[in-house]
Amino acid sequence: MGRQGSRDAIKVSVRTDPLPVIVETVIDPSRKRRLIDLPELWRYREVVFFLAWRDFKVKYRQTYLGVLWAMLQPLVAMSVLSVFFGRLVGISSNGAPYPLFVLCGLVPWNFFSRAVGSMTGSLVSNQELVKRVYFPRLIIPISAIAACLTDMIVGFALLFAALLAFGSWPAPQVLFLPLFVLVMAASATGLGVALSAINVRFRDVGYLVPFSLQIVLFMTPVVYPGNLVPHFWRPLYSLNPMVGIVEAVRWSVLGTPADWVMISISILSSLALLVAGLAIFSKSERAFPDLI
Amino acid sequence: MTDTVIQATNLSKAYRLGVANNSFPTLRDALASGARRILHRKPDLGRRNSGDDQFWALRDVSFEVRAGEVLAVIGPNGAGKSTILKILAQIVEPTSGRATIRGRLGALLEVGTGFHAELTGRENIYLNGAILGMRRAEIRSKLDEIVEFSGVEPFLDTPVKRYSSGMYLRLAFAIAAHVDPDILVIDEILAVGDAAFQKKCIAKAESVAETGRTVLIASHQMSVLQRLCNRAILIDGGTILADGPTSDLVRNYLQTLEAHASTDLSTRTTRTGRGRLRVVGIEVFNKKGPVASGQPAVFRLQVDGPREAAQCLVTIIDDLGDPVTSFDTLEHSLHDRQGDVYTVDVESLMLRPGRYRIDVALVADDRVVEDHVETAAVLDVMPGLLDDRPVTAQPGFGSVSFPHRWVVRR
Repeated sequence: MGRQGSRDAIKVSVRTDPLPVIVETVIDPSRKRRLIDLPELWRYREVVFFLAWRDFKVKYRQTYLGVLWAMLQPLVAMSVLSVFFGRLVGISSNGAPYPLFVLCGLVPWNFFSRAVGSMTGSLVSNQELVKRVYFPRLIIPISAIAACLTDMIVGFALLFAALLAFGSWPAPQVLFLPLFVLVMAASATGLGVALSAINVRFRDVGYLVPFSLQIVLFMTPVVYPGNLVPHFWRPLYSLNPMVGIVEAVRWSVLGTPADWVMISISILSSLALLVAGLAIFSKSERAFPDLI
Repeated sequence: MTDTVIQATNLSKAYRLGVANNSFPTLRDALASGARRILHRKPDLGRRNSGDDQFWALRDVSFEVRAGEVLAVIGPNGAGKSTILKILAQIVEPTSGRATIRGRLGALLEVGTGFHAELTGRENIYLNGAILGMRRAEIRSKLDEIVEFSGVEPFLDTPVKRYSSGMYLRLAFAIAAHVDPDILVIDEILAVGDAAFQKKCIAKAESVAETGRTVLIASHQMSVLQRLCNRAILIDGGTILADGPTSDLVRNYLQTLEAHASTDLSTRTTRTGRGRLRVVGIEVFNKKGPVASGQPAVFRLQVDGPREAAQCLVTIIDDLGDPVTSFDTLEHSLHDRQGDVYTVDVESLMLRPGRYRIDVALVADDRVVEDHVETAAVLDVMPGLLDDRPVTAQPGFGSVSFPHRWVVRR
C-alpha cells in the first residue's frame, strides 16, 4: 500500500527537466519509403563506425602478421600474375611495367569483390541484430563495405610504393583517383545491398556470388588491357562497372591511354546500379525480420 | 493531448505460416511461381495468402501511453506481447495500422545483442552501447559506472569469449541498464540470471521508472509488475482484452490463464518450444482424498512424441505469478531417462491452502526447450493437517508451511 502512495508522489514531479529536441517516429506500413534516408543514416553514423571497426578488429585478431596480410595478398598475386601473364604469355600492358599494370587492376578489383562478397552475407550473419534492435538496416551492408576500406587504402599505398620502386612518379591526373574510388564504392554498394537483401530470402545467392565474382574477374581488364576487346563489343563490355573503373584507375595512376566512352558507360552503369540496389533494398527491407 | 508519447491505432500483424517458421523459400520455388504467374497472367494483389495459412499475431490493437507511465503488458505466451513491443521498437513492420512515438525509444528485447566473442569487454561496451543507441561520448562518460555495475573490471581487456556466462550476462545487462532513452521497452529480461542478478535488474527498472521516464514491460512475474506498474494492458489472442490498473488486470489475467487451463492440454496452442515432445496431460491427485495441505499428492504428466530422454520441469506458482517451488528431473539425475509418463510423488504437500498454477517444461538433450506450457493446470489446495495441525491460508504471508514447533518461554 505504502509503495502505491510513494509512486503517486513521484509521478507529480515527473519531467521537470526541459525536454530536448523530440524525435517523432511514425510507424505506418503504408507510408512512402524514400530510396535512402540520409538524415537517419547520419544519426546512426556511430553504429556504422563501430560495426566496421568490429569487423576490422576481428579480421586480424589472433593472426601473427595482422594488417600485413592486406599487403601480402596483392603482392603475391602481382608476382604470380607477372610471371605467368607478363612474362610467359606476354600480354600487352599498354607500355607500363606489367607488375604495376596488374597491381593497378588488382587493388580496385580486390576491394570490389571483397566488398560485394562481405555485403552479400552481412544481413544474414548479423541476423541477431536485425531481429533484436532497430537501426536503419542499410547500416549493416554499409559497415561491411566500410570494413573493406582499410585493405584498399593499404593496397593503394602498396601501389604507390611499387610505382616509386619502378622509378616513376604518379601523373598529375592522380588527383582524379578519389573520384573513381567513389564511383567504385557506389557500384559495389549498389550491387552489395541488393544481393544482401536478396540473400535474406534466397540463400542461394550466398553460393552464387563467390563464383560469379570469379567469372566477372575475367570480364574485367585486370590481367589484360581493356583495348584487347574489339571495338564493337566495348559498349556492352563496359556495362560491367569495373571495366571503366579499372581503366580509369590505370589512367590516373600510370597515365596509360584511356577509352573515355568505356569509362563513361561504366560510370553511368555504376550509378544505375546504386539506384537500383537501394531501390531493391528499401523495397524488401521491411520483411527482413520476418524472413531471416 | 500533448503528453501522449505512444499512440497506437489499429495495429495488426499477420505472419505467413511456414515463412515465419523455418522453411526458407528457395530460388527454385520463386522461379517456378514466377513462371506460373506469367503463364496465367493473374494480377498479383499483394495479398497472395489471404487464406488459412495466415496467422494474425495482432489484430486491431489500439492504446495510448502518456509520458511517465509505467505500463505492464500482460498475457500468456503467444498472446502477442512481444509482437507489440517489436512493432514499437521498429523491429517488425505492422501489416496495417499506425503508431506514433514521441521521443527516443530504447528496446531491451534481449541483453547482449551484438556482442562479439572475439572482442574484449571494453570493446563490447562501445559496440553494444552504440547498437543500443548511445553516443560515443555518452558511453565514455558512463564507462566507469557500467564497469562497476557489472563487476567485471579485472577482465575488462579480456575477450568476452573467455568470460563465464554469468559475467557475460552481467556485463550485457550493465550496458543495457545504462541506456537512457525517453521511452524504455523491456521484454522478459527480468527473467534471466540468478536471483541476485534479477534483484539488481528489478531495482534498476524501478529507478528508471522513478525518474519519470516512460517504461513498457512485458513479464510473467506478476509481483514485479504489480510493484512497478500503475497501469497494464492485458493481451490474449492478439487483441487487447482489458486496459486498467495493474492489480485488477493481474487478477483478470490469472482468470484468463485458468480459462486456458480448462482446455485440453493436448490441444493448447498457447505454448512455446520446438514441439517434438509435448506434455499432453497433467493431473494432480491424492489417492486418499482431496489435494490438501500436509497430505500426500501425486503429480502425473503424460508426454507425447518420439521416445527420447528429456529433462522435465514442473513449477508451482502462486497466485501472484511467483514460483513457489519446482520439481526437476535434472536434480534427481533422471533427465536422461526415457519415458512418456512422469510422476512426482510428494509425501506431504507443504503448500498453504489456496490456488496455485502449474507450469511445465520439457528440455531436450541438446538444451533446446521442447515444450513450455504456462498454467498447464490449476491446483486448488484444500485446508488440511500438516503434522497434525491445521494449516490455513495466510494471504500475503507466504504460501509454504513446513512442519515446525513453537517454543515460548519466559
